[in-house]
Amino acid sequence: MFNIDRRLIRNFDWITFSVIIVISFIGIMTIFSATRQPGDAPQATFYMKQVAWLLISICALIVIVSFDYIWLARIALVLYIIGVLLLVFVLITGRTGMGAQRWISIGFFSFQPSEFFKLIFIIMLAGYYSLRREPLDTFALLRVFLIIVLIPFVLLFKQPDLGTAVIILLIFTSISLAYGLQKKLLITLLIIGMVSLPFVGNVLWTGLKDYQKNRLIAFIDPQADPSGIGYHINQSKIAIGSGEFTGKGFLKGTQGPFRFLPEKHTDFIFAVYAEERGFMGSLFLLFLYFVLILRGLDTARKAKDEFGRLLALGITFMFSIYFFVNVGMTLGIMPVVGIPLPFMSYGGTALLSNFISAGVLINVRTRRFSLFY
Amino acid sequence: MLLPACLYGLLMQTEQPNTEKIAISGSLIILGFLIILLRLLQLQILQGSEMRKASETNRLRVIGIPAPRGIIFDRNNLPLVKNAPYFCASVVPQEFNQNSISDLARLFEIPVTDLYDRITRKAASPFTPVRIKEGLTFSEVSYIEARRSDFPGLLIEVETSREYIYGSVGSHLIGYLGKLNPRQSKDPSFKDVPSEAFIGQWGAEKLYDKTLRGTAGQKIIEVDAVGREIRLLDETPPVKGSDLVLSIDIAVQKEAEKAFDGRAGALVALRPETGEVLGLISSPSFDPNKFAKGVSSEDWQALMEDKKLPMLNRAIQSQYPPGSTFKIMTAIAALEEGAIDTDTKFDCKGGLNYGKWRFGCWQKKGHNVVSIHRALVESCDVFFYQTGKQVGFDKVAEYAAQFGLGSETGIPLGNEKKGIIPSSRWKREIKKAQWFLGETFINSIGQGYVATTPIQLAVMMSTIANSGQVFRPTILRDEPSALVRKVNVRPETLEIVRDALKGVVNEPGGTGAAARSVMAEVAGKTGTAQVVGIRKDSKYLAERFRDHAWFVSFAPVEKPEIALSVFVEHGGHGGSAAAPIAKKAIEAYLLPLDKKKELLNVQY
Repeated sequence: MFNIDRRLIRNFDWITFSVIIVISFIGIMTIFSATRQPGDAPQATFYMKQVAWLLISICALIVIVSFDYIWLARIALVLYIIGVLLLVFVLITGRTGMGAQRWISIGFFSFQPSEFFKLIFIIMLAGYYSLRREPLDTFALLRVFLIIVLIPFVLLFKQPDLGTAVIILLIFTSISLAYGLQKKLLITLLIIGMVSLPFVGNVLWTGLKDYQKNRLIAFIDPQADPSGIGYHINQSKIAIGSGEFTGKGFLKGTQGPFRFLPEKHTDFIFAVYAEERGFMGSLFLLFLYFVLILRGLDTARKAKDEFGRLLALGITFMFSIYFFVNVGMTLGIMPVVGIPLPFMSYGGTALLSNFISAGVLINVRTRRFSLFY
Repeated sequence: MLLPACLYGLLMQTEQPNTEKIAISGSLIILGFLIILLRLLQLQILQGSEMRKASETNRLRVIGIPAPRGIIFDRNNLPLVKNAPYFCASVVPQEFNQNSISDLARLFEIPVTDLYDRITRKAASPFTPVRIKEGLTFSEVSYIEARRSDFPGLLIEVETSREYIYGSVGSHLIGYLGKLNPRQSKDPSFKDVPSEAFIGQWGAEKLYDKTLRGTAGQKIIEVDAVGREIRLLDETPPVKGSDLVLSIDIAVQKEAEKAFDGRAGALVALRPETGEVLGLISSPSFDPNKFAKGVSSEDWQALMEDKKLPMLNRAIQSQYPPGSTFKIMTAIAALEEGAIDTDTKFDCKGGLNYGKWRFGCWQKKGHNVVSIHRALVESCDVFFYQTGKQVGFDKVAEYAAQFGLGSETGIPLGNEKKGIIPSSRWKREIKKAQWFLGETFINSIGQGYVATTPIQLAVMMSTIANSGQVFRPTILRDEPSALVRKVNVRPETLEIVRDALKGVVNEPGGTGAAARSVMAEVAGKTGTAQVVGIRKDSKYLAERFRDHAWFVSFAPVEKPEIALSVFVEHGGHGGSAAAPIAKKAIEAYLLPLDKKKELLNVQY
């Protein structure tokens, strides 16, 4: 099972690996800056914790790469069942944070099952689709939706973890499209989607919690602001814009440490970074994500089998969605959905889950030659 | 989000080879990056400097430092006010947990809906603290401090308020503070005053507001989003307001106000030498401390609806017939014009018949044959009917005008009333009618049309006491005195009157015996202004039909140091109702300073 030979090391995807390491380092430095207390010495806790998590994550990545990803297809169903059970478990016993139950505590250690569930979900979909030969017809799509998508979606929506719920839906849409739909079905869906949009929107709206509604209202009309979300978007734009071309300099940003930005070291970390590093620094960070994503697509293209291709596509899509929704939010061109920026934001579970996902991606690329069999 | 997904689906034709689908995904992703790039360009390059400015104003705040207000002292340098700290509770809406709103409302004993409205009302930013209660007591503060952790976003702020040490004593003269009213906030002379600041709205506080106010300082600080001070960048210290020394004697104020015992009325005491106001009382008065932290609507309502009109400054605004105190004017006019002399005598048989009318003397059995001295001492009405008739009321009016009656005295408190000194010309012009001799009779004894304010009679007494100088009453101790005119009256005439007024208090049969004092020789004149023309001898007459009581006075007779007038609304007889108050005021004024302090319970 442990096929660590020279070819494996030679074919290892050093580019993806270095990009995520660099982004994580930038993340740690930005967390350091964002969590410093003006006037006081920097607080060790946040960035040191993130360093520790990074070390754990790198180990996890190496472990993941050393297995053949084909194993994932075999245990997909088991993983999926465990994932759904964890989501149920978190709903029943979970620790509440920020008005939502997302955490499970195991002793002194607590983590968010939803972070890992995204990857499990991708593995499950890729595994299921790779067994098929034909493009998806109506029944197949409906079956997948009802069995694989709907249950976790409802569970996540109940937590409520709106961000992850929407992302699950988006991943499902994009993987299904990438796998292929019958043309007839595609056009039907398009029409149904258009017609039912207001109705679905209404149902979703009444199902939303107040703070979620406020976020949407604030996105549409920042002036009509019931709880200061518009204020936060505005402060985020100010932070990014005030970086100008070269930035205010490392540890010179004011929007984060002075608490004008909410969630400065998690969801709004891009704003803290852009304030200190300016347009040049933002461009560099954008380039890193660009490389990560295009490299992921390239991995999918070169994958030796359908499972690997769908796996790589799913993970790359996930990174892209996270990236665009998060950065779009800080720039005020997307509604505020509380999701972190992959590899950058503070949060151990997310970092670990992202590294494991990247590990799967690297795994697919490393074993792209059928020769391995 | 649904729309781009469908678009994407259409682009990714099912039959297309996998590599092409990936290429399409790639181009969509490149498009996404381009959008982000353009947005970054817009925010960081195009709007960069604007955003930089916004981030600076975000964290730089100019905070006004209120200047301590000047202290007001009485003429003996006893402080009348102090600046006392008081506590206010505020809430930062952003940090406040809305679920605990009902607990917070219970803690402060305010209605939940009221509190909710205040917290959710749109502020400049959700970090701007919203004031929820002012003027917390120490025990409330410690109670809240202990529970602060239950209420994130709850702040306790310290402000200073004006404390009036003697409460309602002297409140009409000292005044009170209030928030800027809408008219004042538009007035350019208040442009330096912060909108939530308290300024003088009444009395000396208002009159000398600019002096007392001082100059507010300011500091520029770096703050975080909650407004917590991070760093001080620049500071201009405030300049304390100048202190103010009033001419009033708080001992006089306190003793006299006590003597009024809640009855409606007024007292004005002047220093004859300079015209300084030694005491100014309008009873009942109000407690300026109620205004100091913003008057509550219930308190304001109560003050406005009080039938005794505590907000009316009776000392300068109430005009009533002066009654027999006016006989002084009639006497002076007659003596000056040669209509009578000290030997002129009239026989009082308890009244005087004129045509079909009878003009009674208050003493039904009559005063027999009296001259000017006894007539003043016993306040014989018939003598002054005759005297008025001899000299003519127009002459009396001329002299009264010289003594300041019928026009504002010019005390720098607003809305002073003029009173009325009628004459035949006045009656022609205003009443469009002929002057009758009967009107001369009744006006000569201070009834009828003639009306004066308490402060006018005080000026009159001061002028008699200081041998003829009419001063504009001033309310600051160190202000130069303002001589209005010298009356054109011979010193001998004033001497005759002064001697008679001494007799009023000190001779047997004098009507002002109640003002007699062991501390000094007091001179004075009683007055009783009729309210209705019915029999007044019933003790059980309803209060609103009772006569108004006057007493005008100065002391000590030899070298007068205080001249005053006392007015008691529906008080009954001047000699019994008003004279004792005058005595109290005079004695309080003549006390040595250490005795005054003892009286006031001042510890130092």
